[in-house]
Amino acid sequence: MNWSLIFSISRTHLLSRRKQSIIAALGVTFGIGTFIILVSFMTGLNKMLDGLILDRTPHIHLYNEIKPSEKQPLDYLEEYASDTRIIHSIKPKQNQVRIHNALPIIDYLKDDNRVLGATPQVQAQVFFVSGAIELNGIINGIDIQEEVRLFNLDNYIVDGDPKDLVRNDNGIILGAGLGDKLSVQIGDRVQVTTASGGTFQLKVIAFYQSGIADIDNVQSYANLKVAQRMMRAGNNYITDIQVKLKDINNAADMSGELSRQFNLTAIDVNTANAQFEAGNTIRNIITYAVSVTLLIVAGFGIYNILNMMIYEKMNDIAILKATGFSGVDVRRIFISQALLIGFTGGILGLIFGFGVSVLIDHTPFEVEALPTVKTFPVNFRLLYYVIGIVFALIATFFAGYFPARRAQKIDPVDIIRGT
Amino acid sequence: MKDIRQEKVLIAEKINKYFRIPVDFHVLKDVSFSVRKGEFVTIMGKSGCGKSTLLYVLSTMDTDYEGRLTLAGDLVTGKPHDQLARIRNEHIGFIFQFHYLLPEFSVLKNVMLPALKLGRKSEAEIREDAMEKLRLLDIGEQADKLASRISGGQKQRVAIARALINEPAIIMADEPTGNLDSRNSANVFDILDKLSHEKHMYLLVVTHDEEFARKTDRIITMADGKITRD
Ligand SMILES: Nc1ncnc2c1ncn2[C@@H]1O[C@H](COP(=O)(O)OP(=O)(O)OP(=O)(O)O)[C@@H](O)[C@H]1O
Ligand SMILES: [Mg+2]
Repeated sequence: MNWSLIFSISRTHLLSRRKQSIIAALGVTFGIGTFIILVSFMTGLNKMLDGLILDRTPHIHLYNEIKPSEKQPLDYLEEYASDTRIIHSIKPKQNQVRIHNALPIIDYLKDDNRVLGATPQVQAQVFFVSGAIELNGIINGIDIQEEVRLFNLDNYIVDGDPKDLVRNDNGIILGAGLGDKLSVQIGDRVQVTTASGGTFQLKVIAFYQSGIADIDNVQSYANLKVAQRMMRAGNNYITDIQVKLKDINNAADMSGELSRQFNLTAIDVNTANAQFEAGNTIRNIITYAVSVTLLIVAGFGIYNILNMMIYEKMNDIAILKATGFSGVDVRRIFISQALLIGFTGGILGLIFGFGVSVLIDHTPFEVEALPTVKTFPVNFRLLYYVIGIVFALIATFFAGYFPARRAQKIDPVDIIRGT
Repeated sequence: MKDIRQEKVLIAEKINKYFRIPVDFHVLKDVSFSVRKGEFVTIMGKSGCGKSTLLYVLSTMDTDYEGRLTLAGDLVTGKPHDQLARIRNEHIGFIFQFHYLLPEFSVLKNVMLPALKLGRKSEAEIREDAMEKLRLLDIGEQADKLASRISGGQKQRVAIARALINEPAIIMADEPTGNLDSRNSANVFDILDKLSHEKHMYLLVVTHDEEFARKTDRIITMADGKITRD
């Protein structure tokens, strides 16, 4: 059948009922527009939150956990193997926090082609001394260049330049909350005492703010060598290895593999952030539920208007059929009207949604807790626009289908005789 | 379909039709007749005797009847609706008792639509044909107006032009001159007459116009759902 003829008829119908057509199209426009805005904003938010976590979280974190041995001495005695054994007051196993053979492990990891990078860390418990007061804190000994490359540490520096740590062996990046408490400026010196009694003078070169107060009040970063010196250990003393992978989806598998291979505790990113995944899922569900509801409302609008239109067009339908148009042609004429409404309204909705998204994207959104965020996060993805227009066409197709079926079945004689 | 311009172009055998609503009513009673090619036939009869009803059955639009209807040697009784639509489009031109045009389309487009549906000629050719038919009916200058913006008599003539556009073998008309003055009425008659004799179209026209009827080849008179004189 000749589609250009069908479209030319339905276009004439729509244009001669301009007001109704516009209202029907606007329903779709708002449905699709809201979908685009919601989905862009919600996923933008998800991505930002994910980013906050994932930026700073290693895909796999290797360390030695202090815990009781899985197999207690009693378990090795075969004569009691079949008895019920009760042991009281189990203590953690005497164990080192340092990772045995850490440097070869890091070299091994760097050679693995699934791995983007692996960095060593040394955690040292310290006290920051300010006059008579001692503040509890943690110094992470890091390789600053790798830390910036892999974990975007520079994004969380609110003042100063983290690269100064390379030039200044005795530099320290202080947590912002810690800096406030000590009331020090960049260039000032802070005194640090270690658990074993050593005293160190470190120069403040930058301030770090993660947005999480509990961290910012205790966390600080120094060169790996400094932390090792604080622990009175050599350059093979390493407490943590942080691994970033090329593909985050390998994290779970690989962490199991590494844990077995090196007999270390390995935490992958999904385990570490399970609750964030749940949050994402719920936000996605809300987004799609609201959008689908809006589109269904728009769909009912189209359904109503087409029903009315077909009622008004009984005569036209009868004439078309009397002069040789088949029922299928008539159905196509009305379905194509619905699709034209859906397509026009949908495209306008995409434009509307994009416009508002751009506006939101430029709206300032500055909170102290999120130093890297300057405006509301919006996720511009072509996929959402494709989903939007496809959804508009599907919804309007169904809204048009049932009235069009009715038009298909109209008996022309009933109408021609009727007048 | 075979060549529709063969001997017996239309055969109606024992057509019976009932209306059930509002009361059981036997409208057409054993109507049988046949028409040869090129014949110009008028049907006459009192108002309400069933002329229009018969015409709807013969035009294939009304399928709710008993009996057999053969067009050009093909039995059309019992064919599916979409096939009947195709037959109407190609072979039957219908002029309604009330001028039925599509009000939102131009006069020209109204005439063109059945030909566009048939899709046998290019749009430009169809436009040419449609203009020619409109000029034939003396309304060429109305071509670009909306169909809802012309007078009743003009509408009637547009409907005739539309019935002619696919050069059908059969033209059925239900009081085609009902809304026309005598000059235009005579004009319509001349056009229809020419069609039947020059192009050998078969015409079946319902009319109350005695003068009109007397000039045609054959008059079928109906009364109370039956053919009383042929
Ligand atoms: N839809 C219908 N339902 C029931 N009865 C109907 C219906 N349409 C027509 N009739 C009846 O059928 C009979 C024939 O109607 P029809 O329209 O064929 O008359 P007609 O001969 O064309 O009259 P006119 O010359 O006034 O046009 C009439 O008595 C009419 O009342
Ligand atoms: Mg009648």
